[in-house]
Amino acid sequence: MQYDVIIIGAGASGLTAALNAKKNGAKVAVIAKTLPTHSQTVQAQGGINAVLYEDDDSVEQHIEDTYKGSYNISNKRNIEYMCKNAKDTILWLDSIGVPFNRNKNDKIAQRKFGGTKKIRTCYSSDYTGLKIVHTLYDQCISNDIQFYNEHQVLELIVSNNECFGCIAYDIVDGKVKEFMSKSTILATGGYAGIYKNHTTNSLSTTADGIAIAFKAGADLSNMEFVQFHPTTLENTNILISESARGEGGLLLDENENRFIDELSTRDEISREIFKKIVKKEKVYLDLRHIEKEKIEELIPQEMRLASEFSNIDISKELLPITPAAHYSMGGIKTDINTNTSIKSLYACGECAQTDIHGANRLGGNSLLEIVTFGKIAGINATKNLSTETINQETINKYINQNKSKIKTLLQRDKSSYSIHKTKNTLGDLMFKKAGLFREEETLLSLSKELEALEASLDSIHIDDKSSIYNKNLLEYFELENSICVSKTLIFSAMKRKESRGSHYREDFNKANKLYEKPSILTYKNDQIDLNFEDIK
Amino acid sequence: MKLKINRLSTATNDFKTFEFTVSQENLLKALEEIKTNDDPTLTYRCGCKSGVCGSCTVRVNGVEKLACRTNIKEGDLVEPLKNSRVIKDLVVDVSHETLLIKKTNIGIKESASKNISQADVLKIDTQSNCILCNACYSSCPVYEVNKEFLGPFALTKALRYENDLKSQDEEIINSVQANGIWDCTLCSACTFVCPQGIDPKMDIMQLQNISSQKGYTNPYMNNFDNSMGFDSFDSNDFGFNPNGGF
Repeated sequence: MQYDVIIIGAGASGLTAALNAKKNGAKVAVIAKTLPTHSQTVQAQGGINAVLYEDDDSVEQHIEDTYKGSYNISNKRNIEYMCKNAKDTILWLDSIGVPFNRNKNDKIAQRKFGGTKKIRTCYSSDYTGLKIVHTLYDQCISNDIQFYNEHQVLELIVSNNECFGCIAYDIVDGKVKEFMSKSTILATGGYAGIYKNHTTNSLSTTADGIAIAFKAGADLSNMEFVQFHPTTLENTNILISESARGEGGLLLDENENRFIDELSTRDEISREIFKKIVKKEKVYLDLRHIEKEKIEELIPQEMRLASEFSNIDISKELLPITPAAHYSMGGIKTDINTNTSIKSLYACGECAQTDIHGANRLGGNSLLEIVTFGKIAGINATKNLSTETINQETINKYINQNKSKIKTLLQRDKSSYSIHKTKNTLGDLMFKKAGLFREEETLLSLSKELEALEASLDSIHIDDKSSIYNKNLLEYFELENSICVSKTLIFSAMKRKESRGSHYREDFNKANKLYEKPSILTYKNDQIDLNFEDIK
Repeated sequence: MKLKINRLSTATNDFKTFEFTVSQENLLKALEEIKTNDDPTLTYRCGCKSGVCGSCTVRVNGVEKLACRTNIKEGDLVEPLKNSRVIKDLVVDVSHETLLIKKTNIGIKESASKNISQADVLKIDTQSNCILCNACYSSCPVYEVNKEFLGPFALTKALRYENDLKSQDEEIINSVQANGIWDCTLCSACTFVCPQGIDPKMDIMQLQNISSQKGYTNPYMNNFDNSMGFDSFDSNDFGFNPNGGF
């Protein structure tokens, strides 16, 4: 199958890229592991930032807040591009049907989010991400975009540092297929899901795109920066939005005393909560003093989530909470045009590191980033269609390698290693040793434990032998990818000997000017290398 | 606690009931527990675990539920959704989603910069909360006899765009006439199972009203027999439509 542009991933970034590439006349296909409406973007609740009316706020202020939030390791020009275009981005989404809430003057309504004193976040009730994805998907359907859903991409086809497409596994019928393209866009989402059982992320968010890009030779960046959200439901890690604290919710220890300013930054609050949790103390979110009517009006989804998943009425009872991995700032290194270090390969959305969020991300900036750079990727990939070709022999080699890998996996003898138990072990280890607090010694021991987990991949048993919807095989690929990305995270966390934003080292608990640079990871000849490079 | 699961055996192409012992009350967690401890091959879709991605819908004792939002009781029976081909275990084919949405001609084609008020946004708020979980599709009796039927989620989406002031598309209403709004029996099965509190039956009735105002007629009305024992069909809220294509 030959396309001008293939897009891997179907969240808001991938769908925006697809619409823009199609609009530019390209023959487009979207390849997605799940279905577009199952993507991580649907979980974004709060909103999307933009300076719409410059009465009290300014684009300069938005740029400044984002830069400050990044702890000085982002690119002001890239931020400037995103912020300057934010109004147009919102108006475009609005024009294609995203039902943004309106204020009394019939203008798009905005709410206040952390990290800024200005009211800048546009929203569609409690379901901003959900409504954006569904609107984009409806647009894709009416524009006849070709979808290959439930296809797991196994490998990028790369020759002489140029990407020619990918090899994918059709989950439904078990076939290995090639998708050839002049340009390839990765929009596969982030990697906070590797902290399984300690994350707000979807069970399907397993860092796949980042891992296959890295293995194909693409540079990664800032992998050590993972944002933890302070308030998720104990036992389920379901997100309780920052708006709960914004509306006056308090954080209490088990003696029902306050212990921190609830409106401090996410990283600081998360660390303080976690210190108590490791001492086996409980931490609660207290909303009992807020009128029930106000809760129902302003944070109805949080009320429903607490009731359904923790059986707690937040207007009467304390809600036990815990921090969890929420968003990944690092990813595939790109420039402002979404180019990666591989020719004809582009990346956008949470899987990309576009020098916007640096060491920390402000609430409301992620939806803005994924739509802004999704558009750039769609246009840029169409403008720069490669004229190079690759011979059939090389494609066949890729196909045969992957077919034979699958065959070998299915033929393995029963072993004591289980995919599901290993996934849980990985999540637990990462959270314990490369979570909110890190230090040399634990990172080193984690690195060794991870080597053992990686070695176990060689003997792990695939229980399901069928070619029809073989989820065990899919879960194996996901585990492989999660382990690969965990390794890059640990490697980067060990090299950054300072504390900055979401990355907190107990042995280097202050920021160090020497490290005021993004980290760049390269993978060549089976060797990982890391450099801290100035922003260009 | 015992949990029963009806699974499609790919070898014999028929359903067999398996029983598992689980400790988790939450259905999605119970399924994960089975996968980790008892049978890794148990196959189901899942994602957000918080009720917004709509991937984990199954039937529990015959009623459509999101597994992630359901607590189970002793002896509950879990089955795949109805009205779709079962691919394996609890996974069904959902490729009809795209076809059905496409047929309704939705999607804003000409972007208009109209002034919208909050009241206009609220008019489409509930409908735009749809998560495409397919609960309504599975519960719909019309699908059992007519696979061409546009059905609850596609018609709810049609109304969402019809009611969107930014939409200028005259085609939507025309698109929902054949195998659409008049074929619904208004049985409310979809409304009972929607996890997002959407009322597709009411949405379909709204589309019927808009259609009537635009000069469309109910094609089944010609066969209407007034001697069926009902006093009046002037209002649309009598729960089912005796002319509904059966």
